[in-house]
Amino acid sequence: MSEQLHDVRLHVNGSVHEVQVPARRLLSDALRHDCGLTGTHVGCEHGVCGACTVLVDGSPVRSCLMFAVSAVDAEITTVEGLTEADDTPEGRLSPVQQAFSDCHGLQCGFCTPGFLTTITAGLKENPDPTEDEAREMIAGNLCRCTGYQNIVKSVLRAAEIEQERS
Amino acid sequence: MKPAPFAFRRPATLEEALAALAEEPGAKVLAGGQSLVPLLSMRLAAPSMLVDINALPGLGHVRCSSDGGAAGVRIGALARHAHVLASTEAAEVQPLLAMALSHVAHPTIRNRGTTVGSIVHADAAAEMPMVLRLLEGSVDVASVRGRRTVPAGELFAGPLESTLAHDEIAVEAFFPALPEGAGVAFQEIARRHGDYALVGVAALVETDGGEVVRARVGFVSVSDVPVVVDVTDSLDDPAGKALAELDPAADIHATAAYRAHLVKVLTPRVLADAVHHARERNT
Repeated sequence: MSEQLHDVRLHVNGSVHEVQVPARRLLSDALRHDCGLTGTHVGCEHGVCGACTVLVDGSPVRSCLMFAVSAVDAEITTVEGLTEADDTPEGRLSPVQQAFSDCHGLQCGFCTPGFLTTITAGLKENPDPTEDEAREMIAGNLCRCTGYQNIVKSVLRAAEIEQERS
Repeated sequence: MKPAPFAFRRPATLEEALAALAEEPGAKVLAGGQSLVPLLSMRLAAPSMLVDINALPGLGHVRCSSDGGAAGVRIGALARHAHVLASTEAAEVQPLLAMALSHVAHPTIRNRGTTVGSIVHADAAAEMPMVLRLLEGSVDVASVRGRRTVPAGELFAGPLESTLAHDEIAVEAFFPALPEGAGVAFQEIARRHGDYALVGVAALVETDGGEVVRARVGFVSVSDVPVVVDVTDSLDDPAGKALAELDPAADIHATAAYRAHLVKVLTPRVLADAVHHARERNT
């Protein structure tokens, strides 16, 4: 017997994606396989590593701990949606993305999409974090390369860039 | 790491949700999913159906009342931990809520996970089931057979097992207000802040004229059910009293001896904090 498919309308980065998925399709897999948005990375698949973090109605949420069928009413932002529009076709890097680039906040980059989304929301809540608050902000995300030092620097630098741009 | 197939319902009313649960004995309720989805992905659970209650109206509340016998905080089944933690009114009526919630997982998990869901998930390594039991709160549950109120003392049957029937939905938790002259405190030791506690301890003391007249201590990650020990008669050695009733277990995170050590260290420390809190509130 083939598995029942559900018609699901996902709102991702301002676009609507009509997908047909089984109920057990994780939101992370729906974003990657059904919407083709492979910027969201899948690490541990049980909510520990934070790589798959996306914004659901502006708040960071683990997309591997949600089903696509439960996300119908939500506005989802993935790492692809962080780039800011300007007069170039590709847009410009968001303050958090720019800070990661400036401060060498990534090495292999696998965990980076989860950090970028988490920090983007974190800085909305706390636009001027201390170093301790920056560490607390990223405490739920794992990185095996950087040792976190440059990610903490990136959080603080992103706050500065936000200020400079506003 | 993918869940086994299941049927899916996302009802718009509580009545529909209860009917779906009643019809399907293998169904599970999906609220925040922060504990359930990992269990499904690791295939430690394989319900035949999930009843997603996230579209139900009127369950996202954090309602505070500070007068009378019903004084306390009422938390609806869809109130996220982050929402409860953000309520300054709730933190005033029952300060232990915010003290404990700041230790519940990481903020990203708190954005989705629900306080009521965490309680009925009945994990002895989770903060909120123990807090409900320490405060002698209750959970309101609904089914097609009607509603009932389950006191926290009758809620926990075993590891990850509540006494709720398969067709019941916990719709609201009630945390009593902190009475005058009482104080609370919470501390836990975890590898990283936000990880599961190796040991967590909360205390509730009631004082009269500065003297402690009742003292109870709750423990996280020490036993296989949320456990509370009355230490009123053993204030000179509360940890000794607690360890006589507890049997700390070993796992990959800590040995039994280390857990017992943490109980010895944290119990008097948290009790002292709670007494201090009570005196501070009275001045």
